[in-house]
Amino acid sequence: MSTYVGTVQRAGSRLAEPTSLGSIGVTIGVIAFVLAIPPIAARSPLWPILLGIVAILFGIASASRGAYRVGFGAIASGVLGTALAVLAMQSSTAHLNQVFTASLIASMLVFATPLTFGALGGMFSERSGVVNIGLEGMMLMGAFWGIWGADKTGSWVWGVLIAMASGGALALVHAFFAIHLRADQIVGGVAVNFLALGITGYFFVQLYHGNNIPTGVSQIPDVKLTSESSHGFFADSFGHLNLMIWIAILFVPLSYIVLFKTPIGLRIRACGEHPRAADTVGINVYAIRYGAVILSGILAAMGGAYLTVGYLNTYNENVTAGRGFIALAAMIFGNWRPFGAFGAALLFGFSTALAFRLPVYSANGAVLFQALPYVLTLIAVAGVIGRTVPPAADGKPYKKQ
Amino acid sequence: MSGPLAPQHGSEPEEIKQAPPSTVASRLEMRQRAGGIIVPVLTALLAFLIGGLLVLATGHNPIQAYWDIIKGAGLNWLAHPTNTDVANTAAYNFSQTLLQTTPLILTGLAVAFAFRCGMFNIGGNGQYLVGLYVANWIGISFVNLAKPTHILLAVAGAALAGAIWAGIAGFLKATTGAHEVITTIMLNWIAYWIGNYIFQQGGPLQGAANKPLDIPISGDVAQSAKLPVFWGDADLQGLHIGFFVAIGALFVFWLILNRTTLGYEVRAVGYNPDAAAYGGIKVRTNYIRAMAISGAFAGLAGGLDMLGYLYHFGTTDVQAASIGFLGIAVALLGRNTALGVGLAAFLFGGLLYGTTHGLQSGTIDPSLAGHLTEMIQGLVVLFVGADVLILAVWNSRRKLKRKQPTPTRATEPEAASS
Repeated sequence: MSTYVGTVQRAGSRLAEPTSLGSIGVTIGVIAFVLAIPPIAARSPLWPILLGIVAILFGIASASRGAYRVGFGAIASGVLGTALAVLAMQSSTAHLNQVFTASLIASMLVFATPLTFGALGGMFSERSGVVNIGLEGMMLMGAFWGIWGADKTGSWVWGVLIAMASGGALALVHAFFAIHLRADQIVGGVAVNFLALGITGYFFVQLYHGNNIPTGVSQIPDVKLTSESSHGFFADSFGHLNLMIWIAILFVPLSYIVLFKTPIGLRIRACGEHPRAADTVGINVYAIRYGAVILSGILAAMGGAYLTVGYLNTYNENVTAGRGFIALAAMIFGNWRPFGAFGAALLFGFSTALAFRLPVYSANGAVLFQALPYVLTLIAVAGVIGRTVPPAADGKPYKKQ
Repeated sequence: MSGPLAPQHGSEPEEIKQAPPSTVASRLEMRQRAGGIIVPVLTALLAFLIGGLLVLATGHNPIQAYWDIIKGAGLNWLAHPTNTDVANTAAYNFSQTLLQTTPLILTGLAVAFAFRCGMFNIGGNGQYLVGLYVANWIGISFVNLAKPTHILLAVAGAALAGAIWAGIAGFLKATTGAHEVITTIMLNWIAYWIGNYIFQQGGPLQGAANKPLDIPISGDVAQSAKLPVFWGDADLQGLHIGFFVAIGALFVFWLILNRTTLGYEVRAVGYNPDAAAYGGIKVRTNYIRAMAISGAFAGLAGGLDMLGYLYHFGTTDVQAASIGFLGIAVALLGRNTALGVGLAAFLFGGLLYGTTHGLQSGTIDPSLAGHLTEMIQGLVVLFVGADVLILAVWNSRRKLKRKQPTPTRATEPEAASS
């Protein structure tokens, strides 16, 4: 809204704006579901249904005032929240307590970490104007070379550094083709993914003869905030998280500061919005884009390294399993912003963590639940695409004059 | 061409040709056409060269390795093609190369068709898999049908499943603008997990005989659903008539694109959706339709593979399937044309079989060579993206020769954002 109405008035009117109404509706819909699960675990369907109706009303109010997308989102949130809450009430408290424990939060953070690294990396690349579909491949490079480095040098520090170098190297290939050769960035990104799959697969056979990585490889340590024996909400959810998880969380505000509060961030964004103008004021567009793409490869590779050196402590072929693409979706979902991307990564991480716990309901259907994060990504990408605004020059090669 | 394009870009036909392409695919297509067959051949050679260097760097003899791969693909059979007895290793290997070429043609067409409509369909693998599942299901059920009916039903079901699977991505692009690259990849993974679900122990398509043995593999399709084999033995993966279906599909692809209204619309949208919309073509409908046709090709590939030689499928097969991904390299190397796709599919079919089962070599380990295929595939796609530049330089030089450089608008092509 461009007109200035005065701070107080604006704050009041912003709440009554259709999009705000819709957002409130979405939140209420989520609360309806949260009520039904532990630790609250309300057993009476009255509250969720009431809240669901309120959410739907907010949604209708919002949609009828023109904010269709968020309005329908609120209606969907109300319906889904109520339905899921009623479903949760049908299942026994014992099952619920098995699924929704405090360690679900820890688990969510575990799965969100590679996505966060990838999404932040993708954000730097795309903010500078280079679409990076190759995140998946860069993450895979980090995953393989990271554990190879940790295995050969005996130190996880070297493992992570080698991973970062490998991801950066692959990103350099993508950058060279996208920036200097002005090749199509989506085709180039897809190629980089195949290349990473081939390289990691080839060297996995060459170096390990297709056998498993030996056990006892140096592992990224956990940060122990509480003693091993203590159990409580805090201890279970944040007590023994891996160092890389904290680094990922730290990187979110750090990326925000770099991108939005420093001259270098301004330059990156200028290259992504209007490279010609950036060039005119003396910014080296090529150098900035190279730097941003390589940084994205390094970050994605850190996510990959966390996956193998920090979490799984082993490697199998194509271990990243599309996480690079989910990270890309998280970045889009987060509207090319660090906190938004982190929020989306948490959502996808939560769905993965949940998928691993749902087998208590159906052992046979367990495998099918694994598709949940991908389905969610599909819905998210479809649902938000109209609202998000990519950098204006994203994906467009720049030619110096 | 009239309307908003005319005043903006002048009336010279050259100018019009230069300015409008606004999609990834159209730019690739337009510039690629200029290079003829030389550029794709160079692209492939360069990819093989770099692959060879890697083989050399890891301590194997690349020339010997490639020679073994060529023999593994049975290409030495072409020296004496009269001996069609599959007891002969070369003849057998060659029949197997053609067997691999069959689905590659179709998954290549799946990528190429969407490309001609301005979309990048990376979901060929998922569409191939759902086609395979449906063909397996129909092939196992409906056992009372007569042979041609059963085959037709299963093949049509497979193509339809692929069409629906890809159609989802087309629908999402048309209605919400969701980029097809991300949606098709997500659909790949969903198809992957569905496969792991249906064939697993206790899964709905696990074979009755396999259940007590705890083997996560489906039952075999009924005899009435198996495609006739015309070269070799059906029990030894003989070449089935699906090969001719794939060749026919190449012709259908060419026919649809170049001789029908539908094809005209698809190409118009692929070339420039805004101009097409201005000309009264329904762009959204074409996105959905083109993706569905694309998916039908890939689904057909899955159906023919299932009924032609696989007969059954298991969770490990789902995890190993990569035919649909190879289709991307096939389509790009084949310049998204029918003839090109056919030739590129043959190349990758040979590479695929020659580096895996056909390879009888002391030079390079087959499991190593298999990854060489992946790398060459990646390099081919990478260089296809880059030869756009080579051709752009070539074109601009030609243009310079013809007339003095005029201050044209900066040709910063609009690319699809992710």
